[in-house]
Amino acid sequence: MLIIFYIASAVAVISTLLVIIQHNLVHALLYLVVSFLAVAMAFYVLGAPFIAALEVIIYAGAIVVLMIFVIMMLNLRQESIAQEKKWLNAQIVIGPVILVLVLAGELIYMVSTEASITLTDQVIGAKAVGMTLYGPYVIGVELSGILLMAGIVGAYHLGRQKKKVTHRFLEKQEE
Amino acid sequence: MTTIPAEYGLVLASVLFMLGLISLLIRRNIVFMLISVEIMLNAAGLAFIVAGAKWSQPDGQVMFLFILTMAAAEVSVGLALILQIYHQLKTLNSDEASKMKG
Repeated sequence: MLIIFYIASAVAVISTLLVIIQHNLVHALLYLVVSFLAVAMAFYVLGAPFIAALEVIIYAGAIVVLMIFVIMMLNLRQESIAQEKKWLNAQIVIGPVILVLVLAGELIYMVSTEASITLTDQVIGAKAVGMTLYGPYVIGVELSGILLMAGIVGAYHLGRQKKKVTHRFLEKQEE
Repeated sequence: MTTIPAEYGLVLASVLFMLGLISLLIRRNIVFMLISVEIMLNAAGLAFIVAGAKWSQPDGQVMFLFILTMAAAEVSVGLALILQIYHQLKTLNSDEASKMKG
């Protein structure tokens, strides 16, 4: 179990690292899928098979596919990759990386100097999660419904194209 | 079967979160910034799962479900905003969108 967890974490960290250094947006999204799948593997080993399935279906399935559709609609050309290379030079990168690495070092130090606790290998399945979700957390479920409703309405309102009201002969001339 | 120490899961969550934070800070492309927010939310969810596994309670997984819902709503609104920005400004540079109209 420990070996599987190590391998899954190594794959997750490496693929996330590859996501953040890619210049091509589609390549970054494909590495992001690998990262989500590795994290789903870690969830499975940690005794959460239901969440592992949800990670694959919703994160690696729905959210990444949504992003790929939007990239398809943006219709980016080859020069966007060159522009991305220009934006991502070492001078810009070095400052944030050092500062964040200091913070990461502190966080990892604090986490790993706690008294060592081994996790129980008890699997918490979908039934227990469902009983808790619709028991004490039912207000959270309703609030999530309201949030998703607001998300749908907001995405529809923002994504709507303005209707053009030019005459068709004039429009043809403009093009 | 050996079990996993809780610190390893938390260290993995911290490393993934910090990678997302680095990506958020160094990128200027607004789609990449949205991707880094997704990485950070996923890392936060991983920390919840580890905490839930530590106490053998399903509450951590319930919190992950809420994070998942929030991420889905956030990414849909964010992508609609990105489309709108790209149509208005013809670029994905987030610095270009620093001026408000009116």
